Amino acid sequence: MLDSVEVTSRVGEILTAHKGMEGSLLPILHAIQAEFGHVPQAALPIIAQDLNLSKAEVHGVMSFYHDFRENPAGKHVLKLCRAEACKSMGADRVAAHAQKALGIEWHETTTDGRVTLEPVFCLGLCACAPSALVDGKLVGRVDEAKLDSIIGGLK
Amino acid sequence: MKIYLPLDSAAVALGADEIAHALHAHAKAKGVDLTIIRNGSRGMVWLEPLAEVETPTGRMAFGPMALADVPALFGDLAAHPKALGLTDDLPWMKAQTRLTFARVGVIDPLSLADYRAHGGLKGLERALGMAQADMVAEVTNSGLRGRGGAGFPTGIKWKTVSEAKADRKYIVCNADEGDSATFADRMLMEGDPFTLIEGMAIAGLACGATKGFVYIRSEYPVAIEVMQKAVEIARAEGVLGAKVMGKGPAFDMEIRVGAGAYVCGEETSLLNSLEGKRGVVRAKPPLPALQGFMGKPTVVNNVISLASVPVIFEKGAAHYKDFGLGRSRGTIPLQIAGNVKYGGLYEIAFGLTLGEIVDKIGGGTASGRPVKAVQVGGPLGAYFPRALFDTPFGYEEFAGKDGLIGHAGLTVFDDTADMLGMARFAMEFCAIESCGKCTPCRIGAVRGVETLDRLGRGDASALPILTDLCNTMKAGSLCALGGFTPYPVMSALTHFPDDFSTQKEAAE
Repeated sequence: MLDSVEVTSRVGEILTAHKGMEGSLLPILHAIQAEFGHVPQAALPIIAQDLNLSKAEVHGVMSFYHDFRENPAGKHVLKLCRAEACKSMGADRVAAHAQKALGIEWHETTTDGRVTLEPVFCLGLCACAPSALVDGKLVGRVDEAKLDSIIGGLK
Repeated sequence: MKIYLPLDSAAVALGADEIAHALHAHAKAKGVDLTIIRNGSRGMVWLEPLAEVETPTGRMAFGPMALADVPALFGDLAAHPKALGLTDDLPWMKAQTRLTFARVGVIDPLSLADYRAHGGLKGLERALGMAQADMVAEVTNSGLRGRGGAGFPTGIKWKTVSEAKADRKYIVCNADEGDSATFADRMLMEGDPFTLIEGMAIAGLACGATKGFVYIRSEYPVAIEVMQKAVEIARAEGVLGAKVMGKGPAFDMEIRVGAGAYVCGEETSLLNSLEGKRGVVRAKPPLPALQGFMGKPTVVNNVISLASVPVIFEKGAAHYKDFGLGRSRGTIPLQIAGNVKYGGLYEIAFGLTLGEIVDKIGGGTASGRPVKAVQVGGPLGAYFPRALFDTPFGYEEFAGKDGLIGHAGLTVFDDTADMLGMARFAMEFCAIESCGKCTPCRIGAVRGVETLDRLGRGDASALPILTDLCNTMKAGSLCALGGFTPYPVMSALTHFPDDFSTQKEAAE
């Protein structure tokens, strides 16, 4: 569990670093997520006060975007592209394989907290589809065998 | 020894970093003095990772490189198993007209000296000697239209902003390239970031704007990193800052990162996101050109539109306009993707037919099966059957066939594609990504999925409902997300009726 004093002090530093920036809320939320791995609820009122917004407005922005997490993800995040170019090369089959291998559906985390599986709509790797993003590492031409070796490597 | 090896995301996704590592290790073991330049991609994705070795006769290409191919690069190059010959002589490279992408893959993306040596900043130098109205006229005369998909004349947009009176104006680059099958923006930003910076600086001069933003989607980590570094270099070298190129008015830039919302590629939604709000679409008017970022006059242009500006200023509007077809002037970076043998980026004048692009350049499917459909213009574009392969690539030509060219991405599907499934996916995607502001999109997309499921179960009475729903979405949505989702749905239904009827028979 995150220490609320720690959250308050780090969020305060992040807010100071973004002073004077036009439309700073997204960069602030990105910085907080980079720091904690998710956006702790305790951060929202602090951001709201600093930017002169209501807590509801900050929550509204955070919840609008797919990237921001309310809760920590698993130790590893596996994102598989579900978009058209990847589908034309068998992304649906690969995704079904991943779900079976991990025993989870989209947006879920394995019970041991090891892997979170998420869909992504296009990584711009459409000429070497299907594609994946494994903890920030791009992978092209993902098939079932490659996926097994990726999942096996996530300890 | 000098080797070029792309830092481009596609090359990295296919193992370029591992190849670079192996090259360094091997050179060290052999005592070879090796320099690796991490360049942009030449666009031949099926050959990535593509290594190029500098030789007295030119750059020799080797690809697709596997780790096992690394040692032989230090031996007799002509005998290398992956030797392709000189890069410039490859048919894919020779047949193109690279104006916007002239430097991508050629230069070191983060070397301003290399950029200058290849014609960079000449356009900006010329613009600095011109009056604002002449700069705008140059863009208008080039015939450049918005490459993001809408095809609105760029010069007219600039004119509106240039003539607007305000204490602050902005240039916003839309780099939220979320359409499947498109990666031209990404490749340009990764391979030649200074071109985009130069284009934005010219836009700033022409419109009297002093601040620019590039809004890049978070799914593009490499592009974000390269652009951030490039802006810092451009600032340090005096290209950007209080005086553009040390003599002009002020113009500076900031890189902003999106957060996974497809709808933010729509310009008004993007502006809201940039302002730190929910990425909800704004009703127009007011036009962003008059009331855009923070309510101030704002140019919102796509990456490729802005990146085409430097060459227009360097070589003149007439040079650019001479390429093309009808009202589609200049060149277009085609992105050939999906189930295709030779996928990648191919810049050429407008006017090739869809069949030439898919069969000749793309070489048909990767699976070797017959081509069934090509989706042109991303997830909001129509599916084209073989019967329409004679359609020439141009804005009006595709509109005339109930389609669109969008950002010029093409996804090829072989005969195993299930078009009812693809139509359903279009509706599902719209439902997931809808910003929720307008009813036809927010509710229509959900109803669309349900209706297509009914059709899938063989309920033919759902057909008129689907058609009616698509008409409502098309006419009543605020932006292209809800408004264009009917394109893939209706084109699948119109051109591939068998996929819809087979499902019915199966259910009966």
